[in-house]
Amino acid sequence: MPTKDVESLESVVIRFAGDSGDGMQLTGDRFTSTAALVGNDLVTFPDFPAEIRAPAGSLAGVSAFQIQFSSKDIFTPGDQVDVLVVMNPAALKVHLGDLRPGGTIIANESSFTTKNLRMAGWESNPLEDDTAAEYRLYNIEISRLVANAVEAIGLPGKSVERTKNMFALGLLYWMYGRPIEPTADWLKEKFKSRPELVEANTRALKAGHNFGDISELFATSYQVDPAPLAPGTYRNITGNYALGLGLLTASQKGDIPLFMGGYPITPASDILHQLSYYKNFGVKSFQAEDEIAGIGAAVGAAFAGNLAVTPSSGPGIALKGEAIGLAVITELPLVVISIQRAGPSTGMPTKTEQADLFQAMFGRNSESPLPVLAPATPGECFSIAYEACRVALKYMTPVFVLSDAFLASGAEPWRIPELDKLPPIDFEYEKGGNGPFQPYRRDQETLARAWAIPGTPQLEHRIGGLEKENLTGNVSYDADNHDLMVRQREQKVAGMVREIPPTEVYGDTTGDVLVLGWGSTFGAIRTAVEKLRREKLSVSHAHIRWINPLPPDLGEILLKYQKVLIPEVNLGQLLRLVRAEYLVDAEGLNLVRGRPFRESHIVDKIREIL
Amino acid sequence: MNEVRTEQVLSRRDFISDQDVRWCPGCGDYSVLSQTQKTFPSLAIPKENIVFISGIGCSSRFPYYMNTYGFHTIHGRAPTIASGVKLANPELSVWVVTGDGDALSIGGNHFIHALRRNIDINIILFNNQIYGLTKGQYSPTSELGKVTKSTPFGSLDRPFNPPAVALGSQATFVARTVDKYTHHLQDMLRRQYDHSGTAFLEVYQNCLIFNDGAFQHLADREVRDDNVLILEHGKPMIFGKEKDKGLRIDASTPQVVSLEKDYSQSDLVVHDENDRNLAGILANLTYAPDFPTPVGVLYQEEEPTYDDLLVQQIEQAKEKLGKGDLMKLIRGADTWEVD
Repeated sequence: MPTKDVESLESVVIRFAGDSGDGMQLTGDRFTSTAALVGNDLVTFPDFPAEIRAPAGSLAGVSAFQIQFSSKDIFTPGDQVDVLVVMNPAALKVHLGDLRPGGTIIANESSFTTKNLRMAGWESNPLEDDTAAEYRLYNIEISRLVANAVEAIGLPGKSVERTKNMFALGLLYWMYGRPIEPTADWLKEKFKSRPELVEANTRALKAGHNFGDISELFATSYQVDPAPLAPGTYRNITGNYALGLGLLTASQKGDIPLFMGGYPITPASDILHQLSYYKNFGVKSFQAEDEIAGIGAAVGAAFAGNLAVTPSSGPGIALKGEAIGLAVITELPLVVISIQRAGPSTGMPTKTEQADLFQAMFGRNSESPLPVLAPATPGECFSIAYEACRVALKYMTPVFVLSDAFLASGAEPWRIPELDKLPPIDFEYEKGGNGPFQPYRRDQETLARAWAIPGTPQLEHRIGGLEKENLTGNVSYDADNHDLMVRQREQKVAGMVREIPPTEVYGDTTGDVLVLGWGSTFGAIRTAVEKLRREKLSVSHAHIRWINPLPPDLGEILLKYQKVLIPEVNLGQLLRLVRAEYLVDAEGLNLVRGRPFRESHIVDKIREIL
Repeated sequence: MNEVRTEQVLSRRDFISDQDVRWCPGCGDYSVLSQTQKTFPSLAIPKENIVFISGIGCSSRFPYYMNTYGFHTIHGRAPTIASGVKLANPELSVWVVTGDGDALSIGGNHFIHALRRNIDINIILFNNQIYGLTKGQYSPTSELGKVTKSTPFGSLDRPFNPPAVALGSQATFVARTVDKYTHHLQDMLRRQYDHSGTAFLEVYQNCLIFNDGAFQHLADREVRDDNVLILEHGKPMIFGKEKDKGLRIDASTPQVVSLEKDYSQSDLVVHDENDRNLAGILANLTYAPDFPTPVGVLYQEEEPTYDDLLVQQIEQAKEKLGKGDLMKLIRGADTWEVD
């Protein structure tokens, strides 16, 4: 019989923070996995340091993982933190500012030594002075407690220290009524070749759980009920992983070999790694000598009949520009993926931004149009990647997919699709037999040219980067021909509006404010608009996935609202496209902090303009 | 080399495209094109399996004049596109046409990596020691001090030595020929085709407009025999109009000796295509003033090709892990139901 109170909560935001070596990402992942199993809706936000390993205990070395889990449908990792778990003084220094007044701090008291305090810039110990006066502070000697718990196993000191994240996890599980078995099972699998580590970590996990239960420090535990998700089978997924699955699925469904040419770059390297594991699916992955070779090989593979893909981020996309142009003029199916990060130049590689929209639209010499798609959530990375492949093959064109660092490593529950319900991947290789072959004769509807791949008899032809004569594809410098071809390439992309479903508006079809967004601002915008609608304010939200071409119904939609607000993590890129295209006086909300918007940023701005 | 063969009887005409050839009359490129069109029928590759990929430069116009699949790509990047083509379809016979600027300036990085990887493609580098298409700037193989449009006071760069760069990149086939050596060029193309792995052939080519006569000493019938050393595997290195000179190696130092006086054939080094060290010595003769220029196959060795290894790795993965189960992968380790 529980002797302690159990309080029911709708949503909780927990942030785990510690030194890079403290395992905060792992802890966050495990908590996420368990929350998903319990049935909560959840959104995560890992916050990695840029360095591989900054000096232990330093501010630069702090790594954090935030999760919001809820009994309702949620879209953001949470504006303000309810519970801050800090494994060292540096973590408290960096993250205390984000803790809501009255929030909870769980601190590993053992690591608040003089040395660590000094490294973190604390003049006195915040666990003892009045720094934490307005919060609920729990000082726990986690290091000492795990040392006791695992003493009998006889592990070296460092290994013992490393189990303290399991203690914190176990405690949090108790606090929120979560089962520890899934994590215990996971530990058995992860450390299966080192049973002593399984034992030590499991003991630390249980010690944390017991501590919550028994210790008088905690009078109340909480429960967060399962959220009402649409029926189906779910798994947790991060954006990058979903993207990789989407590409593979398109390849399998279309029965066309997948070729990836890439190069390591934060935050896109995961995709390079992931696709290189899929050898038993026949996927050919090629880590090239540089970004340009990565896309060069992909273009070559597309010429030879593969579905080709090249993942990268801003600086890599900059390098690929010329080759993307080659794919545009040779009209080959290629998916170019940019996981946007803060720039310019090297910028902040592990921080999110969405300032590469202009690069995707215009980052090539001359008129070089291509379709641009952007997923709004981690799960949507699957469907957008799939759609990008479908469009590339249908229209014989490179397709740009714009994701970002926030989506890339953010996780959420994702409903597993039924493969036979996915749209078909339609394409065909030219077989010939229709008279003399003309490489640039186009399909009447899509304006796509035929895909005659090397190895096909009688269809030998040459393509290349020089302007080509309409129909024949021979090199041509003719004035009228060039104008014609430039317009044909433009028209082909413009015609893709037929692929875009009607734009959904959350809210009313008309009103005071329409918030328009693209990419990962979805969560913060939706949460903000939901909140304001509960106050009966006339605010609605539209979120586009196709940015080029823009949805054909968007112009009309924008006219139905007094004001259009476009929040972006850049200085106004969709804003400028929308203003130019529709001559509508849309306004931007622009924060370029390398962090996702908080719901409060958007709520405040809407109130201001209403 | 590819295993796919054809029963078709092809002729030179089959390889001539319908496009007018636009090189300057007298350009060395005509010869390379002609020898290629004469040689390819005898290789018995199905014509549809041949792909020519070029970068940017006069030489890179080559694919337009061949009636095969062709791709005129971007400056320096042909080896990357070629790699993708070959990996996507290993049955294709993939040829890269490039120049001294295209391959060794902007394309240097891709050049050395293609050779290092040993993908089964054939690279023909037209070396005219100048930038022809852009009208006469110096190139990475131009001699130090060369006066050109961009170096009116003389270039300050020492030139690359292409075979040495190739050997330094671990190339498994390194050869050289001259645009005017019609039969030799045909042989070299055949040797490239036969080689499994990246086959690099440097062709000394005359640009009569911007760098006329760069290889005159190797082309002029009066003097060339004294200036060129035609390498043949297993044969001693003899050259000279009267076949009266030879190459000898003393420790690791090459020497030109006269066969009329103190030396005989048995003192000379016998060419061994599989000897990397010898190849290095021969490569270093490129700019050596008192030595003949070696042409022929300097080095060749059969090593596993990247494309074969990739195919094998995929097969092994399928055997070990079973053919991919997409639904299983998508579901992952932890799923839950919502009713």
